[in-house]
Amino acid sequence: MRREPPQKLTDYSPLVFPAGMLIVFFVVPFATMIAVSFFKRNPSGFYTPDFVFDNYARFLSLFFGKVLGFSLMLAIAVAICCVVLAVPFTYLLSRARRRTQVLWLVALLSILSLSEVIIGFAWSTLFSRTAGITNLFVMLGIMDQPVALNPSFGAVLTAMTYQALPYTVLVLYPALVRLDPTLTEAARTLGASPVRSFFTVVVPALRNTIVATLIMVFIFALGCYLLPQILGRPQHWTLSVLITDQAIYQSNMPFAAAMAVFLVLVTLGLVGLTIYAGRKGEAA
Amino acid sequence: MSGLTLQNVTKEFGTFTAVRNVELTVPHGTFVCLLGPSGCGKTTLMRMVAGLDLPTSGSIRLGDRDITNVPTHKRDLGMVFQSLALFPHLTVGENIAYSLRIRGVGKAEQKKRVDELLAMIHLTGYADRPVAKLSGGQRQRVAIARALAISPKLFLLDEPLSALDAKLREAMQVELRQLQQRLGITTIVVTHDQREAMTMADTVVVMNGGEIRQAAPPVEIYRRPADTFVADFIGMTNLIDFKADGAGTQVLGASVPGLTIPNSLPSGIISVRPEDVHLTAPGNAPITGTVTFVRDLGGTIETFVEAAGKQIVAVSMPNARPDVAVGQSVGIALNPDDCVVLKA
Repeated sequence: MRREPPQKLTDYSPLVFPAGMLIVFFVVPFATMIAVSFFKRNPSGFYTPDFVFDNYARFLSLFFGKVLGFSLMLAIAVAICCVVLAVPFTYLLSRARRRTQVLWLVALLSILSLSEVIIGFAWSTLFSRTAGITNLFVMLGIMDQPVALNPSFGAVLTAMTYQALPYTVLVLYPALVRLDPTLTEAARTLGASPVRSFFTVVVPALRNTIVATLIMVFIFALGCYLLPQILGRPQHWTLSVLITDQAIYQSNMPFAAAMAVFLVLVTLGLVGLTIYAGRKGEAA
Repeated sequence: MSGLTLQNVTKEFGTFTAVRNVELTVPHGTFVCLLGPSGCGKTTLMRMVAGLDLPTSGSIRLGDRDITNVPTHKRDLGMVFQSLALFPHLTVGENIAYSLRIRGVGKAEQKKRVDELLAMIHLTGYADRPVAKLSGGQRQRVAIARALAISPKLFLLDEPLSALDAKLREAMQVELRQLQQRLGITTIVVTHDQREAMTMADTVVVMNGGEIRQAAPPVEIYRRPADTFVADFIGMTNLIDFKADGAGTQVLGASVPGLTIPNSLPSGIISVRPEDVHLTAPGNAPITGTVTFVRDLGGTIETFVEAAGKQIVAVSMPNARPDVAVGQSVGIALNPDDCVVLKA
């Protein structure tokens, strides 16, 4: 069916409700946050309306620069881990029997019902010295004695990957199911081994989906503020942790808002860069 | 020499037998069509030749090499899929060069071969186009060129022309046959279109229910069908019961002189093509019937005659137009040489 573009103003009426919701629940709060980021902090109370750049100036320091850098690096690492794990897994899942697919998808969806706190404490138990998985390795004779695996960067990365993986699989699944299975068969008849055909046909054919998934997981991981606190050392804390700290514990709302705005800008910049690079790659 | 030999090949999916005890020899350089209704096992048979499915039992040999359990990518074959399966992320040239790239052929040599193949399929200069920008017929050619890039020993095509419109399909059938003869490549095509099979094949293999019913040259399949399924599936035919005893052969309630039944079958079926049914004045032929319908298609005239409760179709050319009308009584003359005697 060929759709016609809207002709009259009334043709846009179906958009009124979503646009209204978007304004009330997204544009207004975000605008408020931007406004607050220019307010002046009142040490005795909350904040007073003003227009100062102090909050942004304070942010431009080596310490916050390092935290921002670490946050971006962690989010990129989580995104890459998730995609590297999820693409082959989802590919095999989409080729499995219907029943197997349903069971796996239900299991993955049930992970989404767990709160971040529960995931954090579950992993901190698993990584602990007294009750963790290293005890299992000792029993199997792989290790001499149990050790604590957290707090550490690896623990933060593992838990965040675990938390983001279901989203990754669910985003990739429709694209992989739609991928014509005869494409890989054709690659095999043309002389590519199954592994080779996966890398020369499935991955390139899904390029755009994979880039979109990387961006989604990256943004999801940037917002994560509980797991780094539960499983990491202070140097593993992300900008989101500091924002939470400033907003809730230090009652410095303007500074927290300034950091949040800055984080959004950096994120948008990175996403834009990725899409731009993707366009370039496509044209080449 | 790289002929293909299938010995006692069977494929079971659970309790369902898709292909049963298939014996088939495809001599080097011949063109074979696997023909049958959907679900007859022809595609499964081809997938086993390609190695995309492994046979439950039996063996497949290509030349002197047993390839029954050789993985697909080591079989050195070319295959065209029904969906064509062109790689959407690659250009026309890259699609064609894929098998060369996988084999580590140098860039310059790849380009030379791609240009050769593009010239062969009359698409010179299309190397850098994305496949999405091609028409159906052009994609078809690219899929063929891609499959032939390494000069495979065996060329397989699964319903290759089914996505094309009728006119283009007929043209491609001729082109494909000419290409195959020029390259002298052993070729197997799966199709459900008997015109396609008759146009292209040296040998037509008619399959039904997972078994080969007859494997023979197209004209023999048409003139001398092996059983009632083949007779009915290939073209139009009249399948008529007969009874034979010492006194003669009874067909449609009358005796047909000269019709001898081999192996002294007491009863069975004869298959007569509509163009071999001759209508005459009643009394001039042993069988008499009543005209029920006349379909004049311009090029041919089909006359439906009811005789002894059975509908018989006669086809005549316009220059031999039978002068009959609905309700008229006519005589039906059958030449014994045109009747194929089959078991019931």
